[in-house]
Amino acid sequence: MKNSISIIFIALMSLNLSCAQQNENEVNSIDNPPFTAELIIDELQIPWGFTFLPDGSMLITEKTGQLFHFKDGKKNIVDNVPAVYVRGQGGLLDVVPHPDYANNGWIYISYASEEGDDKGGNTAIIRAKLNNNSLTDTQLLYKATPNTTKGQHFGSRIVFDDKGYLFFSIGDRGDRDVNPQDITRDGGKIYRLNADGSIPSDNPFVNTDGAKTAIYSYGHRNPQGLVKNPMTGEIWDNEHGPQGGDEINIIEKGKNYGWPVITYGINYSGTPITDKTEMEGMEQPIHYWVPSIAPSGMAFVTSDKYPEWKGNLLIGSLKFQYLERLELKGNKVVYREKLMPEMGRVRDVRQAPDGFIYVAVEGKGIYKLVPKK
Amino acid sequence: MKLLLLSYISCISLLTFFLFQDKVLEESISRGADIYSDFCINCHMANGEGVEKTFPPLAKSDFLLNKREESIRGVKYGQQGYILVNGVAYNNIMPPMGLEDEEIADVMNYILNSWGNKSDSIVTPEEVSMNVNK
Repeated sequence: MKNSISIIFIALMSLNLSCAQQNENEVNSIDNPPFTAELIIDELQIPWGFTFLPDGSMLITEKTGQLFHFKDGKKNIVDNVPAVYVRGQGGLLDVVPHPDYANNGWIYISYASEEGDDKGGNTAIIRAKLNNNSLTDTQLLYKATPNTTKGQHFGSRIVFDDKGYLFFSIGDRGDRDVNPQDITRDGGKIYRLNADGSIPSDNPFVNTDGAKTAIYSYGHRNPQGLVKNPMTGEIWDNEHGPQGGDEINIIEKGKNYGWPVITYGINYSGTPITDKTEMEGMEQPIHYWVPSIAPSGMAFVTSDKYPEWKGNLLIGSLKFQYLERLELKGNKVVYREKLMPEMGRVRDVRQAPDGFIYVAVEGKGIYKLVPKK
Repeated sequence: MKLLLLSYISCISLLTFFLFQDKVLEESISRGADIYSDFCINCHMANGEGVEKTFPPLAKSDFLLNKREESIRGVKYGQQGYILVNGVAYNNIMPPMGLEDEEIADVMNYILNSWGNKSDSIVTPEEVSMNVNK
């Protein structure tokens, strides 16, 4: 009898423990968010990326191909934007200014491009300057090959690190068994370039025969979030898994992040992709989502405007239509919270130079999160 | 005798016509399945069930089955705003996928003839090309 009581006790304890564990990977709802979401730019369809210039104005990409310059409350169309390949997930994608934009005026843009001989498109990166609402001095820095008519996985987030290197992502372009694990091919990679488009001499595969030397890491599926961790200077990504298995990764030089050899996701049809979630020589995500939230956009909160959120990550959910706040302990996600529930497909989130958080929602526009007093 | 021959010939040609139609439809559906898994599956899901309140279902969808023209336009030009599907409200945005008319016809034939859906008349590229944004 004594024995069975202790067994029940242990069983109950372990039940509690397992519940506690599950909670960490559950998203929490709150009743009274510490902000109001103010719509500051309306009538946008798919604001894929947006950014801020030193004069307080904003640049916004619309996936179908328009670039907007939002200044003094007015949305101006920017001319001379390259022709984009609008198919499936492709179009005009991210926009980011050089960290020293105030002095050099360079703006970096990613988009799906038809450049090249074969039919279809693939991700391209340009830089250009903005003069009187027109792009000038445009330079093509990178164009992935080959073109394909596949509609998926252009990746396309752009970020600079503290040393001034330009990082960008390209997804597997719908060819997961061919691209991500092969460093002689584009797709399923994070790339690193110098700001002028040249290849850094210490890139990991500069001495590998046949390799695409711009590659910095590989084995990615479709990273649509790429940021610098302001506390550590590291580059972090989030990427879409298939059904289940979205991930947050810390990007390290020359590392393999495993897609599609290891994954926490399965095919849309419900069949397995692999029975492995880990393998020697392949990196583990610091967090993964099952079920998928379809993450897009990513921002670390560093400003004093939201004191409770300092050091937190914000990530958009396309699938469940909210903004996710993640609390971290070191490199571990310890709490998840749902902000702006049922707002719409959240495509991008950024912290502006003035410290406020801005959120791009498909079919709506750009919101500013104004803290409640 | 003449009448018999005439009706025989017309019977045969009608039959050939229908069988040929069937084959055309079958091939279109099979191409459409590839288009679907490339462009549509991540929102509308493998069995056309969608995600309730976010992405409308295609399987047994009253919108798809009753509003053929609007559905074709939705795939062709994208779809935005309030729609009611099987009694559930959706207010979302589907971007234009950049598909060619033939691809739109194929994927329409696939979704109109999968997961319990059935359509008697084939969607042709001509029908898609004549269906313009209003």
